[in-house]
Amino acid sequence: MRDLQNEHHMKALGLQVAAAGYDRQGVADHANNLATKIRNNLTNSMKALGVDILTGVGSILGPHKVQYGKLDSPGNIVTAKDIIIATGSVPFVPKGIEVDGKTVITSDHALKLESVPDWIAIVGSGYIGLEFSDVYTALGSEVTFIEALDQLMPGFDPEIGKLAQRVLINPRKIDYHTGVFATKITPAKNGKPVTIELIDAKTKEPKDILEVDAALIATGRAPFTDGLGLDSVHVERKRGFVPVDERMRVLDFKGDPVPHLYCIGDANGKMMLAHAASAQGISVVEQLTGRDHVLNHLSIPAACFTHPEISMVGLTEPQAREKAEKEGFEVSVAKTSFKANTKALAENEGEGLAKLIYRPDNGEILGVHIFGLHAADLIHEASNAIALGTRIQDIKLAVHAHPTLSEVIDELFKSAKVKAHASGPIVNEPVAV
Amino acid sequence: MALFLQTTFLTSSSSLRQKPRLSSWASHISSSRARTRVHAKIREIFMPALSSTMTEGKIVSWVKSEGDKLSKGESVVVVESDKADMDVETFYDGYLAAIMVEEGGVAAVGSAIALLAESQEEIEEAKSKAASSSPTPSSAPASAPVSESTTGSDAVEKAVVVVPQSPSAMASAVHPASEGGKRVVASPYAKKLAKELKVDLGRVIGSGPNGRIVAKDVEAVAAVATELGSPAAKVSAAPAVQAPPGIELGSVVPFTTMQGAVSRNMLESLSVPTFRVGYTITTDALDALYKKIKSKGVTMTALLAKATALALVKHPAINSSCRDGNSFTYNSSINIAVAVAIDGGFDYTLFFKMLIRKWKELVDKARAKQLQPQEYNTGTFTLSNLGMFGVDRFDAILPPGTGAIMAVGASQPTVVATKDGRIGMKSQMQVNVTADHRVIYGADLAAFLQTLAKIIEDPKDLTF
Repeated sequence: MRDLQNEHHMKALGLQVAAAGYDRQGVADHANNLATKIRNNLTNSMKALGVDILTGVGSILGPHKVQYGKLDSPGNIVTAKDIIIATGSVPFVPKGIEVDGKTVITSDHALKLESVPDWIAIVGSGYIGLEFSDVYTALGSEVTFIEALDQLMPGFDPEIGKLAQRVLINPRKIDYHTGVFATKITPAKNGKPVTIELIDAKTKEPKDILEVDAALIATGRAPFTDGLGLDSVHVERKRGFVPVDERMRVLDFKGDPVPHLYCIGDANGKMMLAHAASAQGISVVEQLTGRDHVLNHLSIPAACFTHPEISMVGLTEPQAREKAEKEGFEVSVAKTSFKANTKALAENEGEGLAKLIYRPDNGEILGVHIFGLHAADLIHEASNAIALGTRIQDIKLAVHAHPTLSEVIDELFKSAKVKAHASGPIVNEPVAV
Repeated sequence: MALFLQTTFLTSSSSLRQKPRLSSWASHISSSRARTRVHAKIREIFMPALSSTMTEGKIVSWVKSEGDKLSKGESVVVVESDKADMDVETFYDGYLAAIMVEEGGVAAVGSAIALLAESQEEIEEAKSKAASSSPTPSSAPASAPVSESTTGSDAVEKAVVVVPQSPSAMASAVHPASEGGKRVVASPYAKKLAKELKVDLGRVIGSGPNGRIVAKDVEAVAAVATELGSPAAKVSAAPAVQAPPGIELGSVVPFTTMQGAVSRNMLESLSVPTFRVGYTITTDALDALYKKIKSKGVTMTALLAKATALALVKHPAINSSCRDGNSFTYNSSINIAVAVAIDGGFDYTLFFKMLIRKWKELVDKARAKQLQPQEYNTGTFTLSNLGMFGVDRFDAILPPGTGAIMAVGASQPTVVATKDGRIGMKSQMQVNVTADHRVIYGADLAAFLQTLAKIIEDPKDLTF
């Protein structure tokens, strides 16, 4: 919608588009159908692999023993050699906030898009809040962010955050309140709008009262781990999360791994991303089949699907500099703008920045951050390099097709100044060309 | 104040290309250089004068942000003048220490819009300096209400004024949602607009749900605010999308910078004693020539401009103007300005020497608001053609600082009496010249028109 309505952008490309409109139900249906389709595909894939699916609420009775069934009735008991807990998470709703699913909603409700409010307040400016603000402003709503920390988008590299603010927030109909908590949110009733009471995050003094058409709670996700029966194996949850070690083995209250019990994904809180959960699951399966494996979380990329997208892998610049000070090495930063990339210019989407944080002494990649068109796809070169321990000097001569956006990453590697020399070719025999 | 748009378009007269108007900007910087030598390490970045008529400019966008390193010659900010959007470069290396006027803000020419620190240490110092110095007053809020001029091809020389909506009892009514007038409830976009248009939200009555202030409430208030006639701030009436083409009935839209300049110039022309002389010219020969060279990108207006220039060579008195009210200024070169219709107003463009090929480029540039100052500042005689719309005659308003403007109508087949007493058909167009009677006298003007008619009716000289 945003692209089609951007007359300026269209004109620059020489296109004329008559006034673009949308049908909310059509958009909602597309999203819901997609979710259903993917769920079905996954279920079918599992069945095809010979997986038995037992439906019910599960809980651990002891080592190797799981009970499952409806919530209140006892149900069946099964035994297994190994048990993996992957119960995930639910949207976290801070106390004082009353969710009615219509005017005060969580991301789960928002995905159904039952209505497009004129003015929606989004509590939390992390990537979930940011993505939804992107959606709502494209569909015509006005957005207000409510953020507890002093900076919007606190999880991002500050330079990327600044640019993101300039592109994703300032020119859009978005305003924000930072350094405040929403202590009380009352849904709309009898013609009165949703009211949000804000207090200063530090002094706890009442600051303001907002009256909006809807509120989206995007303050994070809480682990879904109640009733798992963890007491039977002497495991204590930490703020709801299941404690695990680097091999995803569940740890008991003494800190020792419980044999044959693992926990992956949002439930253990290590990295709350879908692909991180998958990677952790694969790591566990590797271990179960006899190959030891430890997942390097620093090589897992993260992406925020706004327009333009944001993606990152590794450390942010402040984190890198902190580590450098502690361990005594130098940090360098290479930056390149999407304005220099042919493909981005052809699409008239030159707004973007890519940043490489590295060690100039040995060429180690510490972090890569990208803000721009298709950032979520471009990050993988960097995340692969980090996963394999590839150094910049070994990768900088690789060729990228022209014209593609991946040349942005190529630019980063080529512009990095590394003192070490490329190590010899990994393959012993040269490949005939 | 003159909007001089020149076309250095001439034949035998000496062509001293006028020095670009950037000299005035450069002198600003040089004087600032002398001034800030005392501070030496923290320099001010000034709003440049992008034309001799520019009094203030609006910041379109900051290319660099606070804390960025700057190298001499790098673009720092994009400024909108009354003509075009210009990249402003920095003359010094250093760091952009503090931005004093934000995007969308307006500053007077010569006032500081940002501070540049030579080294990073001075950035803090510069920031506190910026905070303490009072920012130069930006332009007063939108004044006289005006309607949006239609986009597309309508070229209107006078902006049409739409009667503003009468302000409902604003001051007394209490905002229902604000609990006895204590709190102001406004949507994010309304708040942004209020900041841009300098509207006090406390004064606005909300028309949204529960009395919430929405964007259009702010716009309505901005339009009827009573202030002395000053240039208006630009407003985008539509959601984060281009303003819809066409006039929104019942709406009141303040002038853009360019529209404000046009209005000023038209008002100034009221102080000049003008008179008009009309002439009917037969265009059969010209039309035939046009058909032949149309494929090379030559437009009818270009041909007319050349014909006019050739006529001006023979009648230099018409190529004069009265700049100071006391004397004739005989211009040494003939620069023909041509009115070009662009979105939101109209503008004069210029074209150099006899490069008719460059014509299209300049017209496109004018349309996209990207003319360089020397390209639009130095016209001496203006040409305005509405013939393409079928207008048969009209008279134009004299742009201040020029001597004459010629309004050209459409060429229409007309029944005429021929020399041998018969009835025939000829294509004829009416031209009407408005001239400043302080420097141009009737007989001179009539003679000029006679020469022009001769050139057009026998156009073999037009194509060399």
